[in-house]
Amino acid sequence: MPREITYREALREGLDEELARDENVCIIGEEVAQYNGAYKVTEGLWKKWGDKRVIDAPISEAGFIGMGIGASMLGIRPVMELMFYSFAYVAFDQMMNNAATCRYMSGGLTNCPIVVRGPANGGTNVGATHSHTPENIFANMPGLKVVTPSNPYDAKGLIKSAIRDNDPVYFMESTVLYGMTGLVPSNDELEGGELIVPIGKARVSREGSDLTLLAHGRAVVTSLAAAEILGAQHGISVEVVDLRSIRPLDEETIMASVRKTHRAIYVEENKPFCGVGAQISSMIMEQAFDDLDAPVLRITSADAPAFYSPPIEKLQLPTADEIVARALTIC
Amino acid sequence: MASKTAKTSTVPFADAPINASLTAEQKIDLLRTMVRIRRFEQTSLKYYHDGHIGGFLHLYIGQESVAVGSISLLGENDHVITAYRDHGHALAVGMGMDECMAELFGKKTGCSKGKGGSMHYFAPDKNYWGGHGIVGGQTPLGAGLAFALKYKGLKGCCLCYLGDGAINQGAFHEALNLAALWDLPVIYIIENNGYSMGTSQARSSAFPKEGLAARAEGYNMAWKKIDGVSLYEIRAGVQEAVARAHEESKPTMLEIMTYRHKGHSVADANAEKYRTKEEIQKYMNEHDPIEFWKNVLIGEGVITEEDYKAINKEAGAEAEASAAFAIKSPYPDESEIFDDIYWEVDNNTEAGRTGRHFFHG
Ligand SMILES: Cc1ncc(C[n+]2csc(CCOP(=O)(O)OP(=O)(O)O)c2C)c(N)n1
Ligand SMILES: [Mg+2]
Repeated sequence: MPREITYREALREGLDEELARDENVCIIGEEVAQYNGAYKVTEGLWKKWGDKRVIDAPISEAGFIGMGIGASMLGIRPVMELMFYSFAYVAFDQMMNNAATCRYMSGGLTNCPIVVRGPANGGTNVGATHSHTPENIFANMPGLKVVTPSNPYDAKGLIKSAIRDNDPVYFMESTVLYGMTGLVPSNDELEGGELIVPIGKARVSREGSDLTLLAHGRAVVTSLAAAEILGAQHGISVEVVDLRSIRPLDEETIMASVRKTHRAIYVEENKPFCGVGAQISSMIMEQAFDDLDAPVLRITSADAPAFYSPPIEKLQLPTADEIVARALTIC
Repeated sequence: MASKTAKTSTVPFADAPINASLTAEQKIDLLRTMVRIRRFEQTSLKYYHDGHIGGFLHLYIGQESVAVGSISLLGENDHVITAYRDHGHALAVGMGMDECMAELFGKKTGCSKGKGGSMHYFAPDKNYWGGHGIVGGQTPLGAGLAFALKYKGLKGCCLCYLGDGAINQGAFHEALNLAALWDLPVIYIIENNGYSMGTSQARSSAFPKEGLAARAEGYNMAWKKIDGVSLYEIRAGVQEAVARAHEESKPTMLEIMTYRHKGHSVADANAEKYRTKEEIQKYMNEHDPIEFWKNVLIGEGVITEEDYKAINKEAGAEAEASAAFAIKSPYPDESEIFDDIYWEVDNNTEAGRTGRHFFHG
């Protein structure tokens, strides 16, 4: 029976199943073990798997993530938790330089099967230092993979794929989505006995014929809400494509949708400059120019650091109303 | 208030010159500042629960003596920088409750115009350089403030505060080496409250048996461990470091033992799981720096219990008034989102007008 579970629980199930499957999988991060996780994603896992498999780390992100990269070269499959993805910046050299380039510089002799996961979102009034959305930054680096699940089903299926992947996978969640519920099948109803979502396959979250909203992470939820309004109030049939992973990117699904609807908007909570949408709109322009009936638009967070003040920060992030208004300018 | 001349005290460190020279008024002021911090924190907690404050709220209750004692030693060219548990230091440097409370409420009248929130208070006019949310992030900046003082030939120092968990950040170790290598007048004050979130010191740090600050030995840096319950002990210990910075331009690492009465932040649901109720009670009953200082002052005949009650009441009223101020203050304007990003743009200079700076819309 498919069950209604939260995004948080879905991640936990995925982690738990991978801990069971492969004894080389271990979880390391701040407060992941005895405290049960700052956001409770790893709740109960330390109790079940013990000190060897679920490890509390000191506040030394550069040290423990770098350590995880080194361990991964020798066959360990560490799943590192960043309490906030914003803290990746203190581990930047390890994540951007070491994890991404060891394989290349060794002429293919090494690989780093590490997962670094944690919430990468703004919108919770925690100020600029804690609200970074670095998916574009890490996706910029060949050698790294960037995954951004938008719902519980994908969260579970993608974390399992990420752990099995033989390259570094940076897995970006959202504190706003942790409590979101959704249907996730139980293993006994699945062919193969488990839920795996391959990295690099987009999902058509909603079919439509007049406009494609492309998005990743929580912006998918906002896009789906906008699609409802555009359909109900304006008679516009909107397709929503959830990228699920930024790199590798499912180019085919994106282009197929754009060729069908002839209009596209990229929606993301990332900043605009060299954001994910910038890459994708350029690709659409190059590959589907003749299919377009309107310029590709991008809706992003405001091009400013996150504002603490709760009513103002809200205005910095894309909203369904903003998507509707921008969509009406091209439909 | 009670008499201006105090009786001689038998409390340890009372006879240190820096303490012996304190007037009764100054001693009462120290008490008042600690009490004001506590009442401010209690009031902010209440309004957080009422939904007026968003994000994180890390309270300083129990640690007041550390900021108040150390900052009370500072002069014109001395500077302060700390982490996200920053309200106490802010009030100690002389920031007003109004602008501090309004910042928590996200109002335009806040010290950072509602942009920074609880973790990011600033007041450069009071030599207060934040309020930093990233653990350890302020520690190289502290070395930098000290570098600037030395470069300019000013006789001053920087007090850079950090937690017992923050000592494990790489940036801190690089900063320690720079400070020692280049003789920077920075004083690192580890506020050792025993925990970094839910992780006890024993589970987070490898350190010599003498304590966390003894790590300074590896950098050939002076260090000292101080019991944080007593303002006398804090002032005596920090003063040595300030003198070392002022006279010799040398850094110091201090570890001040303290305790936070509340959880790591208001969102810490496990505050009574990783620490026993008994432990928390013990610190509240036996190691409360305000209670301790109040008793010292009563013992010295500087104040009476009645005086203390009056100070407490006044501080409570001030905190409530600051909340009223915050409530009636306006929110920032949407247009302010793009202010305060580039100095050149804000000041409409040639540089600020050249090229496109923002890419929204
Ligand atoms: C680089 C970084 N990692 C993790 C965090 C999350 N975090 C905030 S405070 C904290 C605990 C810090 O403990 P300590 O240094 O002892 O200071 P205290 O909170 O006790 O004052 C953690 C893990 C952060 N803000 N920055
Ligand atoms: Mg601490």
